[in-house]
Amino acid sequence: MKAAKRGKVVSYNRWGYIFLIPFVLVYLVFQFIPLVSTVYNSFYENYRSGLTQIGPNFVGLGNYRALLANSDIWIYLRNTLIMWAMGFVPQIIVSLLLGAWFTNPSLRLKGQQFFKTVIYLPNLIMASAFAMLFFTLFSDGGPINSILVQLGILDAPFRFLSNTWGTRSLVAMMNFLMWFGNTTILLMAGMMGIDTSLFEAAEVDGATSTQVFFRITLPLLRPILIYVMITSLIGGLQMFDVPQVLTNGTGEPMRSSMTLIMYLNKHLFNKNYGLGGALSVFLFIITGVLSLIVFRFSSEKK
Amino acid sequence: MKKKLLSALLVTAMAVGTLAGCGGNPSSGSGTASGGAAGQQTQAAGGEQAADEGKVLNIYVWNEEFKSRVTDHYPGYEAVDATTGTIGDVTVKWNITPNDDNAYQNNLDETLLKQADAAADDKIDIFLVEADYALKYVDTEYTMPIKDLGITDADIADQYPYTQDIVTDSNGVLKGLSWQGCPGVLFYNREAAKETFGTDDPDAVQEYVKDWATFNETAAALHEKGYNIMSSVNDSFRVYSNNVTSPWVVDGKINIDDNIMKWVEDSKALVDAGYTTTYELWDADWQKGFFPDGKVFCYFGPAWLVNFSMAADTEGSIGNQGGWGAAKGPQGFFWGGTWICAATGTDNPSLVKDIMLQLTTNPEIMTDIVVKDDDFVNNKPAMEALADGSQTITKTDENGNVTYEGPYYSDILGGQNPLPMYCEGVADLQLSNLSSYDQGCNEEFQDAMKAYFEGKATLDEAKELFYKAVTEKYPELSY
Repeated sequence: MKAAKRGKVVSYNRWGYIFLIPFVLVYLVFQFIPLVSTVYNSFYENYRSGLTQIGPNFVGLGNYRALLANSDIWIYLRNTLIMWAMGFVPQIIVSLLLGAWFTNPSLRLKGQQFFKTVIYLPNLIMASAFAMLFFTLFSDGGPINSILVQLGILDAPFRFLSNTWGTRSLVAMMNFLMWFGNTTILLMAGMMGIDTSLFEAAEVDGATSTQVFFRITLPLLRPILIYVMITSLIGGLQMFDVPQVLTNGTGEPMRSSMTLIMYLNKHLFNKNYGLGGALSVFLFIITGVLSLIVFRFSSEKK
Repeated sequence: MKKKLLSALLVTAMAVGTLAGCGGNPSSGSGTASGGAAGQQTQAAGGEQAADEGKVLNIYVWNEEFKSRVTDHYPGYEAVDATTGTIGDVTVKWNITPNDDNAYQNNLDETLLKQADAAADDKIDIFLVEADYALKYVDTEYTMPIKDLGITDADIADQYPYTQDIVTDSNGVLKGLSWQGCPGVLFYNREAAKETFGTDDPDAVQEYVKDWATFNETAAALHEKGYNIMSSVNDSFRVYSNNVTSPWVVDGKINIDDNIMKWVEDSKALVDAGYTTTYELWDADWQKGFFPDGKVFCYFGPAWLVNFSMAADTEGSIGNQGGWGAAKGPQGFFWGGTWICAATGTDNPSLVKDIMLQLTTNPEIMTDIVVKDDDFVNNKPAMEALADGSQTITKTDENGNVTYEGPYYSDILGGQNPLPMYCEGVADLQLSNLSSYDQGCNEEFQDAMKAYFEGKATLDEAKELFYKAVTEKYPELSY
């Protein structure tokens, strides 16, 4: 009797494990093994010179030493964070505003579905195609410059892509345009999850809409905001396609718009898995640390 | 019971779903052994068009140029669609990967490294290389010696020696052939020349661009008339870089030649004065000078540039109106060129041999290429005969009626015969300073100096950036 009972429990557990197999398999093959092999590769000299393979030779921490020997990596980290912040700050402000308007029942906005679709649309365009479009629009002889010159706003074409802040702003603007719709939808979901009786109570007590927003919506939105912040930060650190295509991989001018992943891509020209691996591990640590800081910072005050 | 059945069913479904991608590949492996054997047999059989050779000829290229040469000039080639054709009962497959972001070489590298294990019909038979990186491929065993195909020294005796120097490996073995020579000249806008100098005669214009000092003075005169002397400083880069006295890499160290630094100095002055720009070659902005409104005086380039890349087919372009002229320019140089290499392990050696022989040694076909495509071909007697007019050309309309018979001339160059200039250029070509790092160094140097020209960096910062970029590409180098 007892044995049979236990057998039944065990057999249910077994089904549970069996159903976990697909996830574990996919995770192992596509996440865990690449992760381990990246760390493994980072300790080896391993690249191709022409068609000749050099290595792999074990070099210990040599790749890390080479990577940290000059300040390049910190400059690229700084570029990445600057361009991310330039895009993220307007993105979160606009998204909060739009989210608040869309979820506010007293406004009764017309055509909400239409606008929600429209603001999400830029995200559907391939980032590289979007960057190509901007490259053409903002090139020296491109339409934006022609318009500005013909309207008399500028005397001569402004060379957006030869200017540090011009290039950075374009990258930030593209990231903003691509992601604010997505963030708006996430924040709206969070806002709609807030108990409406709280809003009603505030209204009865005579709170202004500003007060409602700052005293009720924002504090209760904190978990979603943290989530948005961390995912955006991780996405931002991995920024690649937009600046890569916009500057043709050079990070012009003087590599002031070169991100960490673009730098990684430079090492892949000759299949330099050693330095590339070391750089990836470095990025992994940075991402982990920054995410932890954001998480601790925003969930501390309770 | 029912529950158990259901869960068993679910698990089966899941297992099938998980493993679905794993099967169905063994067939491609089995082809290898038999194909390899067949390939060896044909090689033993020698140059004859052997019946047991492969039925698929794989050609790796980066643009349409070679394809159009084969389509127009190789006897028996029939185009099927954009990427396939036939020669007899052999299917020709064109694998066209653009050069951008090194995509062509990446693709070629991966395929070549797998060449030994590939099925016979998947093996690369022919691939094309450019001078800048020819040594990267030629100096390996992945490229087949021309002799092994059965091509003799006598077959290629009429070619310009420099075209063979470029594809000769470090042991002195020749591993590729080219149908074109690429001596460069200065193509000037005839309209601009008339407006500024009062004449568009090539010899008179040459006086204004005969050396760099004169060239830079002329820039000022052109600026007054609203013309940029060149579309971009990068236009003249190759003219300087081909006249260097030392290679980019000496004993594993990156080396910047004095003539390259002279380019930097001259270019900085031109940019600062507003006489030209810093556009990258092939950019849309750079190409605006192909049209009269672009207001560009000249481009430096070889025959293929004016013929193949300067919008001569587009209505309204300078080339279309025959508005270019050719002058020798300040210094002789060459630019590019395309070499045909046979990949080791090809299963169509006799066809590869025939394509090489027809396109690079057959005087009739090569003369045809000059007439039809304005190209400069790799055949000394043929070129010299066309240059001095002893060999005449005939042009016919679509009904086959002869519309012109006489010495060679170029429509794009307004009827000028540029061949004597090219022939003179070929004689001067100096190729002892090539290295297998040329492509990376040339590209990175121009990129880095752009920041200096635009005033975004000091010369030292720009040099530092160049060294950094090159050592990223080639970690074995130091500076």
